[in-house]
Amino acid sequence: MATEILMPALSPTMEEGTLAKWLVKEGDSVNSGDILAEIETDKATMEFEAVDEGVIGAILIGEGSEGVKVNTPIAVLVEEGESYDATAASAPAASESAAAVEAPAAPTPTPAAAAAPAAPETDESPDWPEGTEVVQTTVREALRDAMAEEMRANERVFLMGEEVAEYQGAYKISQGLLDEFGSKRVIDTPITEHGFAGIATGAAFAGLNPIVEFMTFNFAMQAIDHIINSAAKTLYMSGGQMGAPMVFRGPNGAAARVAAQHSQDYAAWYMQIPGLKVVMPYSASDAKGLLKTAIRDQNPVIFLENEILYGRSFDVPKLDDFTVPFGKARIWRKGNDVTIVSFGIGMQYALEAADKLAEEGIDAEVIDLRTLRPMDLPTVIKSVMKTNRLVTVEEGWPQGSVGSYIASEVMQQAFDYLDAPVVTCTGKDVPMPYAANLERHALITTDEVVAAVKQVTYR
Amino acid sequence: MTDEIEPLSLNVPEPGCRPGDTPDFSDFEIPRAGAVPRPPVDADPDSIRDMAFSIVRVLNKEGEAVGDWAGALSTDELREGLRHMVTLRTFDARMQTAQRQGKTSFYMQHLGEEAVSCAFARALEDGDMNFPTYRQAGLLVASGYPMLTMMNQIYSNAHDPLHGRQLPIMYSSKEHGFFSISGNLGTQFVQSVGWAMASAISGDTKIATGWIGDGSTAESDFHAAMVFASTYKAPVVLNIVNNQWAISTFQGIARGGVGTFAARGHGFGIASLRVDGNDYLAVHAVAKWAAERARRGFGPTLIEHVTYRAGGHSTSDDPSAYRSRREAAAWPLGDPIERLKQHLITSGNGRRTATPRPSGDPGFGDFCAETGRGRRHPGRWRCAQPARHVRGCL
Repeated sequence: MATEILMPALSPTMEEGTLAKWLVKEGDSVNSGDILAEIETDKATMEFEAVDEGVIGAILIGEGSEGVKVNTPIAVLVEEGESYDATAASAPAASESAAAVEAPAAPTPTPAAAAAPAAPETDESPDWPEGTEVVQTTVREALRDAMAEEMRANERVFLMGEEVAEYQGAYKISQGLLDEFGSKRVIDTPITEHGFAGIATGAAFAGLNPIVEFMTFNFAMQAIDHIINSAAKTLYMSGGQMGAPMVFRGPNGAAARVAAQHSQDYAAWYMQIPGLKVVMPYSASDAKGLLKTAIRDQNPVIFLENEILYGRSFDVPKLDDFTVPFGKARIWRKGNDVTIVSFGIGMQYALEAADKLAEEGIDAEVIDLRTLRPMDLPTVIKSVMKTNRLVTVEEGWPQGSVGSYIASEVMQQAFDYLDAPVVTCTGKDVPMPYAANLERHALITTDEVVAAVKQVTYR
Repeated sequence: MTDEIEPLSLNVPEPGCRPGDTPDFSDFEIPRAGAVPRPPVDADPDSIRDMAFSIVRVLNKEGEAVGDWAGALSTDELREGLRHMVTLRTFDARMQTAQRQGKTSFYMQHLGEEAVSCAFARALEDGDMNFPTYRQAGLLVASGYPMLTMMNQIYSNAHDPLHGRQLPIMYSSKEHGFFSISGNLGTQFVQSVGWAMASAISGDTKIATGWIGDGSTAESDFHAAMVFASTYKAPVVLNIVNNQWAISTFQGIARGGVGTFAARGHGFGIASLRVDGNDYLAVHAVAKWAAERARRGFGPTLIEHVTYRAGGHSTSDDPSAYRSRREAAAWPLGDPIERLKQHLITSGNGRRTATPRPSGDPGFGDFCAETGRGRRHPGRWRCAQPARHVRGCL
């Protein structure tokens, strides 16, 4: 059977080259590894070897041909005793149109189908069985309990970061962990996010399950090379042989009066990275259930907490091993008039706005995404199909926001269900000012969410 | 044949003293004042390697200025230096109280470290640029930056020179050679080297100074700064303020196995020395030496200022949770203000009066009085108001 020999790409960036010299001629027998030709790229002249054995049935591109595109057939290899039938193969014609063939034909648009997609399947099961006893717990305690439970269950889990041990955490999240687990599993690090994120990534490569606490995610800017280029990529690049089963956690977003370098929301940054999972909980039960899931996950997980939420209390089920799965949004409030989607501290504004709107007779459905990657878009789209209106709420900046991604997906997947353009409520497009009066203007507010809902409901 | 091999275990260093322990600095080697000779400013870094393991000191126990490094400042200059340090301590105490009264959200004081920045400032010239951290306001005070302007920023009021954008104490004054402070640790250290290299590229005569705490030397920025300073012989003075504590983390965590922070400079071929950070005369003399060395193109100097953070890391910190509350009083290098005062009296240039004590400031050796009592607190050390939960680097 005849095999086409294609113009090889001899460097990652090579798109075309010159077939400088053939070292074989038609009728020659070749073995795997024999040098077939010399090919010049813009960088160098390289020898091109045979992969398979056989007989050169035909040479399709002559010596000295310039601008030969990568993947153009340049010769045909036939089996011993076989002859090459040029008319059947029509290889030269194929080489001429290689570029055209590469581009797949655009699928014919089918507006009718796009206009009426079936409502996506969603999982609306409750997070815990009805009747389970619940305990009022702060987000701070919930995070600590999640780490303690996982550390008890798995001795490979450990916590490291600045001030996590003696000081019990800069925000007291690791309270009591040093006493229970000792200084080999609750480790105070030197001040170098770049350093300890790298150490932890190495420990994860070695089979441990580090939890890295960043004093704030603002400081993780230093560590982002290890997070994105190493932790997030290694499972992929090693063909699944080795990865970084670890959690990077800490407060993210604005607290109060900590100004430009300490108030940034990184949700949209990390959400973009394949190889990471990104969690941003609002409630204490989600903080606990999702952190336990994160610690068990075989991928690096970015776990974005919020300083202001640390002290808030929520119901947490009294269960021996309570977890919340990734990629499952929570509908906090059912409604028919508008869908409000948020996550993390944005939920506070979303829920407050929904209460205010209810007083004015507007019935909002409020969805907490909980995890941004994977993101439960089906739940959002199903809701939009019902309410026909969408407002997103987050604290981060407008350009490249989480909301703009959601708006784009809803536009692509449920355009005909929208009765108004999607409104994305975000923080203002400025570095966070320190002064209290200016800070108030930079942050998202409940009133802005209410106004956005009125805009999309034409009220 | 295989020998039995013990399983490995991880080494986690511990400080000598935790809350409840008796502070013991007997292992801390302090050379006699005047014992370290002053090398020429063009000294080969190799020829002064031992300076990274000693401490340049000028004031002896009796308050006399002794040795090669003494004699650089006039009596008037010393009096002015004392005034700068007392001003800074007074200002700190007032602002610390203001924070506890809710007039500002946050403050960081210099208690015990006043000499480092106040004395250093006198070694610089107009146009030089400091890249400070958050505990070198003495550079501003000693260069005449108005306290009113500092307070306007701390209160974030209509006269705030930074228009309400930046945190209190993270000052910024191009005119006073005080580069805008970054709250993210370490970045300023390598940037100071870049600024210094730019001065050399432009054929200027200005130098830069970089400042970093003992804890932040662990940052990559520290190491990158050292590589570039070494390779390009940048006209820069690189200062490590070793105040023993990075919030709750003792200096051994960042220092690791190396004998001193200054010794890190040896691997880079940078002139490296340690100075008694609580000795105004020694800090000034060393700063003068290093600044001249940089300005004359003899290359960078790494200075480790050995001092002690007698107060909390910030108004969000309660140090009694992680170190003995008697440790500050036991610190063997004493109080920089008391030591300079003693020197002026001993040399017949000062009158024996009480150090001007602002209300709310106890003076050195009595740090518990951050509570604002001016007397050792009989019970457990407590803040006047409980600190909010500690804010990270702040």
